[in-house]
Amino acid sequence: MSEALLELDRLDVAYAGVPAVRGLSLSVGRGEIVGVIGPNGAGKSTTLHAIMGIVRPVGGDIRLAGRSIRGRPPERVARAGVALVPEGRRIYPNLTVDENLRLGLAARRDRGGKDVLDSLRELFPVLGRYHGQPAGVLSGGEQQQLAIARALAAEPDVVLLDEPSLGLAPIVVDAVFERLAQIRGRGVTALLVEQRAQRTVALADRTYALANGEVRATFTPADASDTDRLVAAYFG
Amino acid sequence: MLQTLFDALALGSVYALMAVGIGLVFGVLRLVNFAYGQLIMAGAYALAIGSSHHWPVWVSILTCFGVVIALSLLMEIALFRPLRGASAATMLVATFAVAFLLQSIALLKFGSLVKTASILPGLFNPIGHGDFQTVRKITVVAIVCAAVALLALTLLLNKTTLGLHMRAAAANFQTARALGVRANEVITLAVVLSGVLAAVVSVILVIETPFVEPHFALRDTIIVLVGAVVGGLDRLWTATLGGFLIGVATSVFTDQLSSTHSPYVDSFVFGLVILVLLVRPEGIFAPFRARTVERA
Repeated sequence: MSEALLELDRLDVAYAGVPAVRGLSLSVGRGEIVGVIGPNGAGKSTTLHAIMGIVRPVGGDIRLAGRSIRGRPPERVARAGVALVPEGRRIYPNLTVDENLRLGLAARRDRGGKDVLDSLRELFPVLGRYHGQPAGVLSGGEQQQLAIARALAAEPDVVLLDEPSLGLAPIVVDAVFERLAQIRGRGVTALLVEQRAQRTVALADRTYALANGEVRATFTPADASDTDRLVAAYFG
Repeated sequence: MLQTLFDALALGSVYALMAVGIGLVFGVLRLVNFAYGQLIMAGAYALAIGSSHHWPVWVSILTCFGVVIALSLLMEIALFRPLRGASAATMLVATFAVAFLLQSIALLKFGSLVKTASILPGLFNPIGHGDFQTVRKITVVAIVCAAVALLALTLLLNKTTLGLHMRAAAANFQTARALGVRANEVITLAVVLSGVLAAVVSVILVIETPFVEPHFALRDTIIVLVGAVVGGLDRLWTATLGGFLIGVATSVFTDQLSSTHSPYVDSFVFGLVILVLLVRPEGIFAPFRARTVERA
């Protein structure tokens, strides 16, 4: 594993005293894609929300490049170099596609970004095609591309992807995973939360299966075809 | 007829400005600021003090802006910020408390008697002869001021990065923060802009009615709040239009009702509001909003 960029150290998160994540430790190296899979309620999205500062951990630490970011408000986490592609995409339907994309620049640590936006429009041609249209007119898959591009606009150190294939047609899911593979080729570091276990394990350098807020198993791409083990990790 | 039209446009414009001021803060804080009228009242007292001390008009107006903006910022720092994350009901009650506090301070400091604020009395004169004899210059100035302020605000919101961040924060605050939009910066800007609009309204209202007392602008604020809610507080343009329309309705009722009925203007206005809500309980502009509204 390369140098650890994002580290979770015995992270505990609870909602109204009910544990959602228990003692979770994992690390993401620079340039790696690390997957997190598991059934609903396993604590996957909560983990991302805790990293992003949307929920406050009750224990443990979150470090980015060795420095603790635990408890920082979301905008400071974003400006420190973490970008979130939220579940349900959360694009702004009333703003234009370009405005949505420009919002991604808010977390940049410099004032530039025009070149990045141009390169993102090349990577996601649909964004150039509909640049002046309200983002609400885009299809689900196109909105997902916009949400991913928006996160990449800040050129973050780490991208957190929260179920990017959720609610998309199978053919669109193929396209999304294709984009993720392309992003990986650009050296982006990512923590990918997904319910599509097999595809995630095949794509990620390493995948953790969560259940009840704890790591139940770890997979490598070689395990992608080991359906029995994947099913066991899910249904234990 | 011409006078009715101008008066309606003028009051509609002033109420639209107030609705924008209230809507801006609601957009980023989900907070209905009931103390908005007291900000206008504070600005009006600043103008009255300037007038009584024979300050140059520009000094009085600058003081008015300074007082209203400073009070707005004070509210944000001392009240809104510590209450971030509190329930909507808590914040609403807190603004009630501030409203009564400011009103009581005004009462203690200046008494219940009216103070006269003679600011630019020349604007009280008619704009011309004949049909225009009944139209006062301040009526036109109010319309122009409102149009300029709304245009400037539209440009700020639509043509600047800060405006983009404000629009994003108003539509979905949590997502905006996760994208790196600075929450406090956006909220402070919204509060300051809201204060600037309150100061503009102070100046216009004082020129129109130069008698300042602790309840100054209270009735207007209540009417505007109702108008903004009927229009739709969750979007700035619907709140603005709601404010504008209720201003127009109030002015038309005031002009058209006979002297025996004119004391009941508010009853007619609120009766109309009830009728609108019965026909369109979801708000006047709901059909235009239904397709696009997104909430966190």
